[in-house]
Amino acid sequence: MTESVSEPVATSGPPRMPVTVDVNGVSVSRQVEPRSMLVDFLREDLGLTGTKVSCELQVCGVCTVLVDGRPVSSCTFLTADADGAAVTTVEGLSDGQTLHPLQESFVDNFALQCGFCTPGFLMMSKALLDGDEVPDREAIVEHLEGNICRCTGYEPIVEAVEHVAQELRGGAHG
Amino acid sequence: MGENIVGKSVRRPDLVEKVTGAAEYCVDVTMPGMAHAKVVRSDRAHARITGIDVEAALASPGVVAVVTAEDIASLHARFGHIITDHWILAPDKVRYYGEPVAVVVAETVAAAADAVELVLVSYEDLPAVMDVEAALADGAPLVHEQSYEATGDESFKNLSHVEEGDGAEEVLSNIAHEVTVGWGDVDAAFAESAVVVENTVYFPMLYAYAMEPYNAVASYAEGALTVVSTAQHPYMVRDDLARVFDLPLSRVRVTSPYLGGGYGSKSYTKVEPLASVASWVTGRPVKLTLTVEEAIYTTRVDSAKVWVKSGFAADGTLLAREFDLVMDSGAYADNSPLVMAKAVNRCFGPYRVPNLRAKGLSVYTNTSPASSYRGFGAPQGNLAGETNLDRAAEQLGISGADIRRRNLVRKGEEILPGKRGIDADIPADLEMVVESLERDRKDVPYYGIGFGCSASDAGAYPISTAQVRIQIDGSVLVLSGSTEMGQGSRSLLAQVAAEELGVDLAVVKVVQSDTSVTPYERTTGASRTTTLVGLALQRACADARSRLRDMAAELFECSADAVRDLPGAVAGPDGRELDFGSVVRQWFGGSAGEVTGVGLLRRDGATQKMPPFWEVGMVGVAVEIDPETGVVAVDQLVTVADVGFAINPRAVEGQDLGAATQGLGSALHEELVYDGPQLANANVVDYRVPRVKDLPRKIDLMIAERRDGVGPYGAKGAGEGTLNPIGGAVASAVARAVGRWPDRLPLTPERVWRLMNSD
Repeated sequence: MTESVSEPVATSGPPRMPVTVDVNGVSVSRQVEPRSMLVDFLREDLGLTGTKVSCELQVCGVCTVLVDGRPVSSCTFLTADADGAAVTTVEGLSDGQTLHPLQESFVDNFALQCGFCTPGFLMMSKALLDGDEVPDREAIVEHLEGNICRCTGYEPIVEAVEHVAQELRGGAHG
Repeated sequence: MGENIVGKSVRRPDLVEKVTGAAEYCVDVTMPGMAHAKVVRSDRAHARITGIDVEAALASPGVVAVVTAEDIASLHARFGHIITDHWILAPDKVRYYGEPVAVVVAETVAAAADAVELVLVSYEDLPAVMDVEAALADGAPLVHEQSYEATGDESFKNLSHVEEGDGAEEVLSNIAHEVTVGWGDVDAAFAESAVVVENTVYFPMLYAYAMEPYNAVASYAEGALTVVSTAQHPYMVRDDLARVFDLPLSRVRVTSPYLGGGYGSKSYTKVEPLASVASWVTGRPVKLTLTVEEAIYTTRVDSAKVWVKSGFAADGTLLAREFDLVMDSGAYADNSPLVMAKAVNRCFGPYRVPNLRAKGLSVYTNTSPASSYRGFGAPQGNLAGETNLDRAAEQLGISGADIRRRNLVRKGEEILPGKRGIDADIPADLEMVVESLERDRKDVPYYGIGFGCSASDAGAYPISTAQVRIQIDGSVLVLSGSTEMGQGSRSLLAQVAAEELGVDLAVVKVVQSDTSVTPYERTTGASRTTTLVGLALQRACADARSRLRDMAAELFECSADAVRDLPGAVAGPDGRELDFGSVVRQWFGGSAGEVTGVGLLRRDGATQKMPPFWEVGMVGVAVEIDPETGVVAVDQLVTVADVGFAINPRAVEGQDLGAATQGLGSALHEELVYDGPQLANANVVDYRVPRVKDLPRKIDLMIAERRDGVGPYGAKGAGEGTLNPIGGAVASAVARAVGRWPDRLPLTPERVWRLMNSD
């Protein structure tokens, strides 16, 4: 699926630059301000509001998305640097019919309350589980240290990711 | 008792929306033709505004308007639900660093932010009072040179022992509010005491850090105002906004979508007036989203200095207690008067105190305004009361558990005269905590355990309404003005409705917090929703059932008394059964229609006595300290949720662990620090909140269900209890681990190391 967009070039306002980004499997081309942050591109330009923002300092993990499979803080990641890259957001986790195992496990384990930090935790966890090693509890805790949750006290989040890791382990051995 | 749907940890449907990214939060809401606002803020603590030059900002690309106090002078440009002292935009002087001075409205957020830098505000500095000592000193500069009318808030009058003024002319000072409570002959009791213990504690200035910063989008058009915001209490915000614009309440609509956390910090009015006046001036919908730094300068938690003195008989029985609480409430009162009133009610704990004298002062300073935070007023006073009790135990040579066993009130006893007796078995809760903590106690050096008990007059003022709308297919809409901010009310109210009506949980949909659609709810605070909205909803369901019986009686041609209730259906005297949808369709006759049941709750019957319920906080912690670094590791966290009946047990546990974790944050890490006129750490790098590696080694979340609440199925509220006593428990545990008593939180590594190594 390719979306071809030819936007009129802005005649006033700040200068803009073209970017083409693969977002959740859809190729998107837009003119953006050089200072445009990836999170604003996703939320404002594309209307993908699942990704949230909080600290704007790259310390809370709320805005985490995957760029070419690598977790980044989209609040401080220039859209221009995503040119030509593949970006995965929380909207791209599920196929629209079935929840991703992480999403399912977060719901089952009450691993969220207000849910504002959840997209970031999900994307961070996906990056871990997509790695070569199936993580143990210690690795999960280590990996999620950069994500803040103010509601749950973390234990249910760690449990939720552990459950999915255990399923992966079961699958690998059985 | 045979419930089918309540009492089970059902999957929360709202969580499914949230894990897919589909859930709409206020920050995601847009309006057609919307402009964006950024706030010009004071860079002085206390200064007279001598001029605002907006010319360069107005000329900046994309700027629509720059709104200053002058532009809104024809409005009632102040708000505040207790004292209307809070100016929307500083009119003549600024009272704290970060105070809004002007609002720039532009086509984009970036354009607005660019133009903020171009607004030139000139000031003439005034002497500032940066802490309570300075604010209370003789001849101190006044934060407010005038007094403001009180709003006559009924709940405040009822909860706070406020004496009506005697008409004498008020002397202006920096005291925003003063509260006293007491009984007996305190001085005589101290004279008779075998042991008297007094100490002073300092509770830190905190920030709630709800991860979604305050934001709102407002549209003023055709003499009506529509606002979508991060408000916990949309009805209270509506009332404030109606006063600002002199509009009928019916022409102000406030909606709260999902909130990215609240914890009390989104109680009452915040950024809604700023967005609304910007729309009023420009004629465009205006969206305003704060940064975390701006949010910190919008509302923080009252810091406190608390002096406490207690007298005991030789066996450890409490004879008298005296408290003197002083809170730094910042530049505007907001909810601090009520926080103070609650602190005074909650400081002495769930103990038999035959003689009490407690006095509280809420003080204006030139710092960011303080207001509600989870458990408000309880953590500040509890830290003093509980550490004082543990110090006394040490002097008396008895354990922390024993001194509590000796003094805890039993079920039904009053701790505040004339108020509801304690509706919980607190001694039994204590034994649960002691048993769990002792079972896993480690025998290692620098290890200590601590207990904390609290009882909060919770539930706030009981005014609540709910509606259920029965659809022709038997599905059910539940309408409530209570806000879902993560605590799980959307799911819980669905459980209650499904239980009461005997329908499947999947056909119940809960709609919340839209003042033009959902029925009145006073607040979403003080852990009230389960109890008060739950009762109103039960009544709404009963009302719907009664209407359905009446309609069925017409269809069956029998008396209404002869119609029986069945799950999701009714039965006639001849055994004929009709499900709800069939009753509605057949009564209206056109395969269409709807039946609405209404539930109203006030101070009456079971909810006559205040408070509606007592929220018990019962925690234990074990800490292990690294003597080299002073780092405090939490080895055990043990909590009891004394909730009467857990409608969704996993959700209750989630609230308890979340509240306890926030409590551990303030006990060990969190503190806003003023350095001169401004905060040194108004960001989440330097203001450190708990992270996943701070997880206690052992977590034991217990639930005590004795069906002793006035709420549905014997339920009481949850969500604040475990936060309130954590600070004291940690302080006492640290004291036992290192052999010295700390007098302040947070117990950072440096503080603990100094405590251990000072002479």
